[in-house]
Amino acid sequence: MTAAVLFENVSRHFGTVKAVDAVDLEIAAGEFFAMLGPSGSGKTTCLRLMAGFEQPTGGHIEIFGETAEGVPPYRRSVNTVFQDYALFPHLSILDNVAYGLMVKGIGRQERHRAAEDALAMVKLPGYGQRRPGQLSGGQRQRVALARALVNKPKVLLLDEPLGALDLKLREQMQEELKSLQKSLGITFVFVTHDQGEALSMADRIAVFNDGKIQQLGTPEDIYQRPQTRFVADFVGSSNILSSAICARLGVPAAAASLRPEAIAIGTSWAEQLTLPGTVTARSFLGAVNRVSVDCDGEKIVVASPAAMPLPDIGAEVQLAFSRNDLHVMEAA
Amino acid sequence: MRSDRSTSAPLGLKVAAIGGLAFLHIPILLIFLYAFTTEEKSYQFPPPGLTLQWFAVTWDRPDVWAALTLSIKVATIATAIALVLGTLCAAAVSQTRFFGRETISLLVILPIALPGIITGIALRSAFSMADIPFSFWTIVLGHATFCIVVVYNNAVARFRRVSGSLIEASMDLGADGFQTFRHVILPNIGTALLAGGMLAFALSFDEVIVTTFTGGQQSTLPIWMLEELIRPRQRPVTNVVAMVVMLVTFLPILAAYYLTRDGDQIAGAGK
Amino acid sequence: MTLAATQTILPNRPRLSGRISDFLWKHPQVLLAVLLGPPVLWLGIIYLGSLFALLLQSFFSIDDFSGLINYEFTLATYRQLLSDANFDIIVRTVLMAATVTLFSAVIAFPIAYYAARYARGKWKAVFYLGVMLPLWSSYLVKIYAWKLILAKEGILTWAFTKLNLLWLLDGWLSLPVIGGNSLSVSYTGTFLVFVYVWMPFMILPIQAALERIPANLIEASSDLGGTPQQTFRHVLFPLALPGIVAGSIFTFSLTLGDYIIPQIVGSSRLFIGQAVYAQQGTAGNIPLAAAFTVVPIVIMGLYLWMAKRMGAFDAL
Repeated sequence: MTAAVLFENVSRHFGTVKAVDAVDLEIAAGEFFAMLGPSGSGKTTCLRLMAGFEQPTGGHIEIFGETAEGVPPYRRSVNTVFQDYALFPHLSILDNVAYGLMVKGIGRQERHRAAEDALAMVKLPGYGQRRPGQLSGGQRQRVALARALVNKPKVLLLDEPLGALDLKLREQMQEELKSLQKSLGITFVFVTHDQGEALSMADRIAVFNDGKIQQLGTPEDIYQRPQTRFVADFVGSSNILSSAICARLGVPAAAASLRPEAIAIGTSWAEQLTLPGTVTARSFLGAVNRVSVDCDGEKIVVASPAAMPLPDIGAEVQLAFSRNDLHVMEAA
Repeated sequence: MRSDRSTSAPLGLKVAAIGGLAFLHIPILLIFLYAFTTEEKSYQFPPPGLTLQWFAVTWDRPDVWAALTLSIKVATIATAIALVLGTLCAAAVSQTRFFGRETISLLVILPIALPGIITGIALRSAFSMADIPFSFWTIVLGHATFCIVVVYNNAVARFRRVSGSLIEASMDLGADGFQTFRHVILPNIGTALLAGGMLAFALSFDEVIVTTFTGGQQSTLPIWMLEELIRPRQRPVTNVVAMVVMLVTFLPILAAYYLTRDGDQIAGAGK
Repeated sequence: MTLAATQTILPNRPRLSGRISDFLWKHPQVLLAVLLGPPVLWLGIIYLGSLFALLLQSFFSIDDFSGLINYEFTLATYRQLLSDANFDIIVRTVLMAATVTLFSAVIAFPIAYYAARYARGKWKAVFYLGVMLPLWSSYLVKIYAWKLILAKEGILTWAFTKLNLLWLLDGWLSLPVIGGNSLSVSYTGTFLVFVYVWMPFMILPIQAALERIPANLIEASSDLGGTPQQTFRHVLFPLALPGIVAGSIFTFSLTLGDYIIPQIVGSSRLFIGQAVYAQQGTAGNIPLAAAFTVVPIVIMGLYLWMAKRMGAFDAL
């Protein structure tokens, strides 16, 4: 099957700044794909390369098997939901949604009908006569979505789509986006710096740093088996164990990652690995307690369920975890 | 400095601020008063009597009409040229990244940053060196040159507000460059251009310094005024013309203000 | 929704506009050239060209006998420029521009301060228009208004008479240098008109600078025990200074080059602008006129350089 988006050794350099550096990427048709990374990691530039706002300085891009470099954005069947929504302030909501059809020369009645349908799809029926300024942030976001989807794009790009929304609305929109994507079957590519968003929505995630993809895989892969120190650190907050500690545990490795919630304090089974340490700090976070333990000068953070007894600061404790939760990484 | 302050202004400040504004406005009000005076030979205050007769006298003066018509023609054409050039320049500076943007801004601002007399004499000596006779078009040439900046300032301020993503959104939705210009850029910068155009018109309509150098035998309304100021012939007519000029320039300024009041301010640094 | 995109890359539009659009999109530097070409050519050829030609002429000289321009490089014209009489003109003009700037700042500051800190809603608009209307209204009519005011039979004399203060006016006019036969032929008159005409240009930059000062800075200063005077001297004034400098660029430059105001209201002693006008007109000495124009250009160049160093351009 042809990939929806294919990057072959794609680079985008701005002078000496390598915004995107030799990236290989294949996004399958119908996939919900996330590009995750801190700001300046190159994820947004990759999105803009797909939309056609940027041209690669090297490499090759295909969209559904067709060469995309050199093709202007207005000739790509790819639509974007912008971070600031970019609704046209001088047009009504209906005309905003119908814009793509209007410039394609679709008649007034037909395009307005299609726009009404699209507004209904994003649960804003009857909002057509309002102006963008009269809508809330969440509503504007839906309009931006309807405006892109009404064109039936092959690929929908979303640039930090939920970044400007408050927490409640964000969770609701996550679910809606997910189900919308399932029902439409369109390939969604979205950019985010929020690991929770990427983990909960995406089929696959590419973690970006310094213009390169650090790791590409399912949310589970990324979370459970980070391959680099950066991924371990950025997705969740793993403990990185040094080679010295690994050696004590009988695991030969340059470094290994260990999730705070995979560690238990005190109790241990025979097959588990254990490490002695001293509690240096603790804080109450609601469902879990965060306990910092010093093991031979290395700080290890433990997320201990609130139901478990909390050790005092200065207490000597045993940390126990399964070998399966310890993920060996390359030195980086 | 938001509305979190409940204190009112100290009295001294209030007096100074209102006094300052009064200083700016009283002379203008006097112009309105003098248009109705019955006194012909001097600037006597208070006017010995009030009359409307000078309006009729002025109305019948062909030289005033000729000057007014010329001024309007010059201002219209100069504004049209300035609109095109100023908008192009603003679009280039705000929509693209290129080396030397600062230089372009400086180049546009220079004709009003340097004293008008320099622009005037430079153009005059260039015209005479190139053997271009002074005419209607030499006046227009000069006016358009310093009007560009007014349009440019207004357009740049608005372009800055029309976020780049609107243009990208339009292209993303399938509109090519021309469609994007027609359906997105123009509707969004339209009022700013209108405001810039009005200010350019007001600026050209009022300009005297450059015009004294680039005009030939024709006199624009300000040149007519200047001659009356240096060698007064019929003071009551001058009074009436002064009032009319004042009113004519007020209108575009008020209109420009209302067109741009939400958001960017009209470029006050425009003269 | 009846429209379904079947192709990923849409075919080129048949229309010519589509093809031009594609071309410009692929070659943004061509688009840039198309946009920048006309204004840059216009300003470059007409304006800079003229300016350059003018400056070039300042290095020529005029033949005293024939009155023709001698097209040979010489610094004689500049030597002439620095002769006592001409140097007096320069000093006089710069002094006037500096005084006008200083007084403009003093008058403008309270207006700007009130507008920035106390005027709200409707009053803000009133202040704004109250500054913009006089600023943009006709230059000549404004001068004319002052001719009416300063005339011997005008409102000022009338007001002084009514207040029994005529002795004060007469006393002022009898002072050396700044006095004269009447206000309309004295430096005082010239000065008043200059301040009136150019002061509005000072208000908006100061207001912009003041509006950028967070209110809590002023509260912090008084919280720390600063008296209003101390707050003004140590907090408000330094922060407003870039605005004042930005405004002074206008008042200084505009006064420096003006030749109409001193011609209509003032004594017979010349200012730079009048000297330029006289040299190129009646005297026909274009080289000297050109050399005279170099003076405000150099002064403004220095001024702008200093202003830039003080951060005044951010306040424009």
